[in-house]
Amino acid sequence: MKQVIVDPTDEREPIRRTLAERPAQIKGRVAMLDIAKPRGNVLIDRLAAQLTERLPAVEIKRYRKPTFTKPAPEELRRRIAEESDFVIEALAD
Amino acid sequence: MSETGAAKKLGGFSLNDLGGVAHSFPTGKNALLCFVKEDCPTCGIAMPVIEAFHRAFSSKIDVLAIGQEAAGNRLLAQRYALTCPMLDDSALRVSFEYGFDSVPTVILADKDGNEVLNFAGFVRSDWQSLAARLAQMTALAEPKIDWASLPEWRAGCGAKAVEPGIAERLEAEARGDRMQARRIELGEGEDVFEFMFERGLTDGLPVVPPTPERVAWMLTGTRRDPREVIATVPPNLAPLTIEKVAINAVMAGCRPEYLPVVIAALEAVCTDTFNIHGVMATTWGATPVMIVNGPIRKRLGMNMGIMALGYGSRPNATIGRAVKLVLRNVGGSRPGDIERSALGAIGKFTTCFAEWEERSPWEPLHVERGFKKDESVVTVFGLEAGSRQIADQTSRTARALVGSLGLGLEACWHPKQHGSGEILLVVSPEHADTIARDEWSKSQVRNRIQEITARPLRDLLPDEESGEGIPLKAMGLTNPTEEQLNQKIPKFRSPENINIIVAGGEGGKFSAVFAGWVSGPMGSSSVSRRIEEMP
Repeated sequence: MKQVIVDPTDEREPIRRTLAERPAQIKGRVAMLDIAKPRGNVLIDRLAAQLTERLPAVEIKRYRKPTFTKPAPEELRRRIAEESDFVIEALAD
Repeated sequence: MSETGAAKKLGGFSLNDLGGVAHSFPTGKNALLCFVKEDCPTCGIAMPVIEAFHRAFSSKIDVLAIGQEAAGNRLLAQRYALTCPMLDDSALRVSFEYGFDSVPTVILADKDGNEVLNFAGFVRSDWQSLAARLAQMTALAEPKIDWASLPEWRAGCGAKAVEPGIAERLEAEARGDRMQARRIELGEGEDVFEFMFERGLTDGLPVVPPTPERVAWMLTGTRRDPREVIATVPPNLAPLTIEKVAINAVMAGCRPEYLPVVIAALEAVCTDTFNIHGVMATTWGATPVMIVNGPIRKRLGMNMGIMALGYGSRPNATIGRAVKLVLRNVGGSRPGDIERSALGAIGKFTTCFAEWEERSPWEPLHVERGFKKDESVVTVFGLEAGSRQIADQTSRTARALVGSLGLGLEACWHPKQHGSGEILLVVSPEHADTIARDEWSKSQVRNRIQEITARPLRDLLPDEESGEGIPLKAMGLTNPTEEQLNQKIPKFRSPENINIIVAGGEGGKFSAVFAGWVSGPMGSSSVSRRIEEMP
């Protein structure tokens, strides 16, 4: 006799998204999100300095999550999406 | 014999007799339904009586034998030379719906299908008075039955529909329309245990295969609809139905009566306050630590005594495991994926136990949190996935013992991390007795811990000997004065962060602590939830 079991998972297929087109030149607004881990800001400061030097056409905008323990609030995610062309998120530990 | 008072409407059915002719109920006449099973000797005693009733009354009353096994039904018809229709309920749907648990079961119904009376087994006087009653109803003569030759009393046999394995299958079929989870058919010869491992559905230990029958059995532990969505589970933000909880509870090894605890724990865990996303994602090793209070502890046989924080108790082990399996399978928290603890700890498999309220000199945890003592409650804490023991075998006063416990708590996270959040201190009975002798309240215990752990800021600063600690910047200081450096900081942000319960064996002067994680609004705060008990 064939055995039958029931599915313990959420049964959802992940939504497949295609990557956004890679531009030939990086210009525009770059969001840098500090997730609020200790010294995450140090990493982002360094990155920001190097990016500004290498990519003079970008404008860097800094964001910070209220706490690293929780996903970014909806409002913050919306703001980043509206205000930026690129996002760099920094983890630190 | 039980006379049915208010009219009870019996479910309608259509069953075939041995010749393949369908018989519907209600029949439009009074009817006598006689449920029987071939291998039941008591049914053997009843069969000639049933046949005699049919011969005597069939012009006015439909006498129907309803058998529970196809082959057995034919044998009964031959053995007793039945002229009475023998209907085939070998699928047991009618037997299951009618809900009786032994055969023979006899039900007299009126023409509309309302139950008039029913009895089970062979109590001679029941059958005799039934004969008289049928004669009276039909104004026909009673059949000639040698009652004296029949035994006075014989117990019925277990109905087929309640046999182990079959009852669960019938329950599954009956609930089938309310169960929505995808069914997975395994290939011929495929090992179900290996299948579960290969699909990543386990926590690394084998799980009980969640067959539809077992899940239906699990669902008998709650009155809630299997389709009800009780929470959204991070990180996948997947809707969690009662059915999915039941499936994972089966896998964890729970019994149905544990299910309400698993449900309540998941409702608590999946709140913003608890923040399970963070508890699972942190590189620290945190887990939901579950404490059960109230009468359900005893009903489920939960361990709160010797080895309470250890292993060997089914409800303790499987309730906590069920919650973790839901977080994994429905929520998507898997080690190395979203669950990112650098080291983990064995408590990540399961951490669930009960408070020994009767052995505590204080109010139980749930009463402290505003619940009634006779309510059953589960409290979840986002804490380190394993307890640390604190020894003190020699203190004889509350002050000395609580001082020891406080010093032991210094090791939580790091001795130089002060101003920390929630912990759970599990005081063993012997320690509780020592504290109780001096009549210390929980609040005195908390205050004393804060007092003995308070350290001057200068001792807590990161330095060459230990880089961890409280940076001056975090205190808003750059050039601190002597006074500021001498300012004492207690271990915990507030005394209320020290949660205290009593559990453990009666011998052993050791208590234990579950250290916390980031607690409060910036991390996880404990949540208590009332457990919906079945009557």
